[in-house]
Amino acid sequence: MGELIRIREVWKIFGESSHQTIQEGCASKLEQLLLNTANRVAVRDVSLTIKQGEIFVVMGLSGSGKSTLLRMINGLINPTAGSVEIEGQAVQALPPSDLIALRRQKMAMVFQSFALFPQRTALDNAAFGLEVAGMPKGQRQERARQALERVGLGNDLHRRPSQLSGGMQQRVGLARALALDPPILLMDEAFSALDPLIRRDMQDLLLDLQNEQQRTVVFISHDLDEAVRIGDRIALMQDGRLLQCGSAEELLCHPNDPAVRQFFQEVDPSAVISVGAIAEQPAEGLVPDLQDQRKPILHANTLLQEAIPVVAAATEPVPVISEEQDFIGVVTANTLLRSLRTP
Amino acid sequence: MTHSLLAVLIGQAGPIGGAANHFVSWLLSYGQPLFDAINLFILALAGICEKVLITPPPWLLALIVALLGFWRVNGGFAVLSLIGLNLVIFMNLWTPMISTLALVLAASLLALLIGLPLGILAARQRLIWQITRPLLDLMQTMPAFVYLIPAVMLFSTGAVPSIIATLIFSMPPVVRLTVLGIRQVPNDLMEAGRSFGCSELQLLRKVQLPSALPTVMTGVNQTIMLALSMVVIASMIGGGGLGDVVLRGIQQLNIGLGFEGGMAVVILAVILDRLTQSLSTPPSETVPERLQDMLNLWRLG
Repeated sequence: MGELIRIREVWKIFGESSHQTIQEGCASKLEQLLLNTANRVAVRDVSLTIKQGEIFVVMGLSGSGKSTLLRMINGLINPTAGSVEIEGQAVQALPPSDLIALRRQKMAMVFQSFALFPQRTALDNAAFGLEVAGMPKGQRQERARQALERVGLGNDLHRRPSQLSGGMQQRVGLARALALDPPILLMDEAFSALDPLIRRDMQDLLLDLQNEQQRTVVFISHDLDEAVRIGDRIALMQDGRLLQCGSAEELLCHPNDPAVRQFFQEVDPSAVISVGAIAEQPAEGLVPDLQDQRKPILHANTLLQEAIPVVAAATEPVPVISEEQDFIGVVTANTLLRSLRTP
Repeated sequence: MTHSLLAVLIGQAGPIGGAANHFVSWLLSYGQPLFDAINLFILALAGICEKVLITPPPWLLALIVALLGFWRVNGGFAVLSLIGLNLVIFMNLWTPMISTLALVLAASLLALLIGLPLGILAARQRLIWQITRPLLDLMQTMPAFVYLIPAVMLFSTGAVPSIIATLIFSMPPVVRLTVLGIRQVPNDLMEAGRSFGCSELQLLRKVQLPSALPTVMTGVNQTIMLALSMVVIASMIGGGGLGDVVLRGIQQLNIGLGFEGGMAVVILAVILDRLTQSLSTPPSETVPERLQDMLNLWRLG
């Protein structure tokens, strides 16, 4: 999986100098801006790379700069310093016409507030991106209809947003993005405004979509469970700083900052840790017989919550194997119980 | 006549008023060809408006208005406007009402033609708004009669100065409400438009204007209503129409005549108001649904 989006030492400072851009190597100017108390620093020196085809969750409390970071990817906000590159091309350096082309071809955004056009029907909302790009009416309506059917709104094509529930509205928002078939999906707290049950449905829908077609999804969230559930990797932000970036398991087991540890206190470790991480070498060097079909075997990437019933039912330590079918270690009820205490 | 009026004014006004006088007389001596052209254009426009409205027989126009009301507003309004317009015919005020309506339409049309683009520009360009805003304040708060004097000087009396004074008086609401409507477009809709790759023009056409439309239409409604009120006042400079009837009523202390003229103005105002207001929202019911409603009412009765 190649790198698709690279965020390099990005700063964003709001205030009198909102529109100012500092060229590379002018650190003193940046310091001057930071000293001005009228300015507010939204993003501080963040560097990240987002790989093709992954769901990358940026997580943090409100005001942590995560939405600002997302808006710098499609150029809605220009960084004060640093650069955001997509396939090696710096977004803020693009002339306006190229920026428009990039937005039409490479990425689509889904909003927390849905941001549907109230005077348009679901179909016309979903076709908006294609309409703007100049696709003929019949063609764009057909693609919008397909996108709406995919998100389960095939019967509500001609209803207006005010006639749809919140969950359905966000499905239209998602369809509007999917109709463009973009390689990058930018989701700004897309499910935060929804009821927990509907939120879960939408997360499942997103995961299904991701199984069908590997898009690169940059997902902003303040909900830890959501981040753990859908994120391949998670970047944790606080006060504009990037605290740590990695898989949920890495962040839980090896936090590099007390704030990261505090964040993950709430999370259920059995939904994050995989058996590969807790497997131990068997006592007295006894390697279990892997060929015995009757005995259970666990794969290294199985989550603890799925391993619990298997281990509970087994009479002996359960062997764990890697993706390459190599023996890694064994898991017993004892090791499981110990690992379930928050590390 | 113009010069004697000017002399009287200079005698009474202070230094600022004197400067205004000089400005107007400067305009008079150097801008005559321009004013002649404007004069001709507005005269033609008002002529067309009046011709179109006076050609159909009164009953037909009343019926058209009622049908329009039935389609856009509701059945009750259609019946009331039919009664109201017949009352005007009965009072023998149809012709003056049509000339008033023609003046209102010509003035509003010009006000919208200038006001809408100006509003859109002012909403997008801070500088234009900063220049426009004090001008709008001036246009709105200056007593209406004050416009009449220079209008008469530049265009003599009649329909043209009436329309120009009306145009100036009635333009501010549509400019202000267009600016307000466009500024009020929710930020997330603007972001959605931008993030899906709208050019600035597409952003205006596909996001800002549709979203601002109800507010803009309120401005159009206000402009037309202000135009009506000003056209009545403009009868003092020979604008003609219903204002003339009211003015005659005042001059002759003829209460009955003034009342009839006033009634006709009110009927026209209510019809114009409801019809233009209905433009800002889509009809709540389709025509077949309305017919059904009326049929049900009939049966109940």
